[in-house]
Amino acid sequence: MARITASVYTSHVPAIGVAVDLGKTEEPYWQPLFAGYEGSRRWFERNTPDVILLVTNDHATSFSLEMIPTFAIAAAAEFPPADEGWGPRPVPKVVGHPALASHIAQSVIQDDFDLTIVNKMDVDHGLTVPLSLMCGQPRAWPCPVIPFLVNVLQYPVPSGRRCFQLGKAIRKAIESYDEPLNVQIWGTGGMSHQLQGPRAGLINKQWDNQFLDRLIDNPAALAQVPHVEYVREAGSEAIELVMWLIARGAMADAAGGARPRLRHRFYHVPASNTAVGHLVLQESFEDQPENPT
Amino acid sequence: MPLDKPYLDIPGTTIFDAEQSRKGYWLNQFCMSLMKAENRARFKANERAYLDEWSMTEAQKQAVLARDLNAAIASGGNIYFLAKIGATDGKTFLQMAASMTGMSEAEYRDMMLRGGRGIAGNRAIGEDGDAQASRQPQGSGKAGWDTRDGKSR
Repeated sequence: MARITASVYTSHVPAIGVAVDLGKTEEPYWQPLFAGYEGSRRWFERNTPDVILLVTNDHATSFSLEMIPTFAIAAAAEFPPADEGWGPRPVPKVVGHPALASHIAQSVIQDDFDLTIVNKMDVDHGLTVPLSLMCGQPRAWPCPVIPFLVNVLQYPVPSGRRCFQLGKAIRKAIESYDEPLNVQIWGTGGMSHQLQGPRAGLINKQWDNQFLDRLIDNPAALAQVPHVEYVREAGSEAIELVMWLIARGAMADAAGGARPRLRHRFYHVPASNTAVGHLVLQESFEDQPENPT
Repeated sequence: MPLDKPYLDIPGTTIFDAEQSRKGYWLNQFCMSLMKAENRARFKANERAYLDEWSMTEAQKQAVLARDLNAAIASGGNIYFLAKIGATDGKTFLQMAASMTGMSEAEYRDMMLRGGRGIAGNRAIGEDGDAQASRQPQGSGKAGWDTRDGKSR
């Protein structure tokens, strides 16, 4: 049977992708940020999964106001990088996993989460920046990726509580897939940022770090935090952080199992307008005693 | 019965909810059209004529022409859609964000390097933080940006 082996959490700031694409990662502005992911990249090389379920949001790229699904799973065989107005990023196409995506859709919808199934979409920085941060600049991404899209653009967006519950349903779905796949689930977006209005540029380091603490130690309580606290404390676009709760809800301890191991934690300000947060949580049955970096 | 909107007292912040989305539908769909290179070229060739093809209010059109993102947001725009206008002009998200605060790009970038805008005084309308209406705009910049000097980011 398939199983979830780890979850990865990271901001997906578009300027990070630009820095990678233009070879600026060693510049003084960017060097501390990329240095903060070095250990995670080494971890990922040793722990490359068979499939990544990558939870992210569309940024007015594939979904216009014609229609915006609250939760969507992408079941196509491949996804081209989108032109977000500055031209497409020079990164590999994203290869999907239609069989597992369809299986998850079937299971999760029967579990009362009404997913939209998407069979054609371009993927924007929300998906490709996390891949760049964890995988560098390979000629092809190292494994298939299933994009899982959450509406965090048009309010009301789903609550943290609902996202956490959805994560549990996704775990059940993956564990009922017959093929013995090693699956990682990534939650992306955030942390503090506000891109709009006179309050643009807001950063709340204390709130962000408490969010990281609580996501690690007590995600069920964190899932009860209402939207307005994210917005008031960490900026209007910090609401993206509800997506991290989907990945966290898919870990074993949310279903009564053992707590995951913290492999990496990193926090940095700024990347353009945004605070960058990053965690790697690995299931304890994946323990590798020789070198937990 | 009034809907639950607990976010209306946050200073300098407009939440893009179903009501704003309805107001801004055509403004945002105009922005979406700028995802296509040929539409960007047509818009840049004659902005007013291109805008007149859309069922936007005059206030929305004026906000676009002036690159006044605060006015565009007030009339229903969403920043992820409005960013397509900045992309058309070769502007970065940082430049667009700065244009809404009164700060020049350099002033805004420096604020971010110092750790960003602080939360103190900026949680609720009536406090004394730098995002409050009484203290805005706050820098030496001006609303909007020069549309002629667009450089690729």
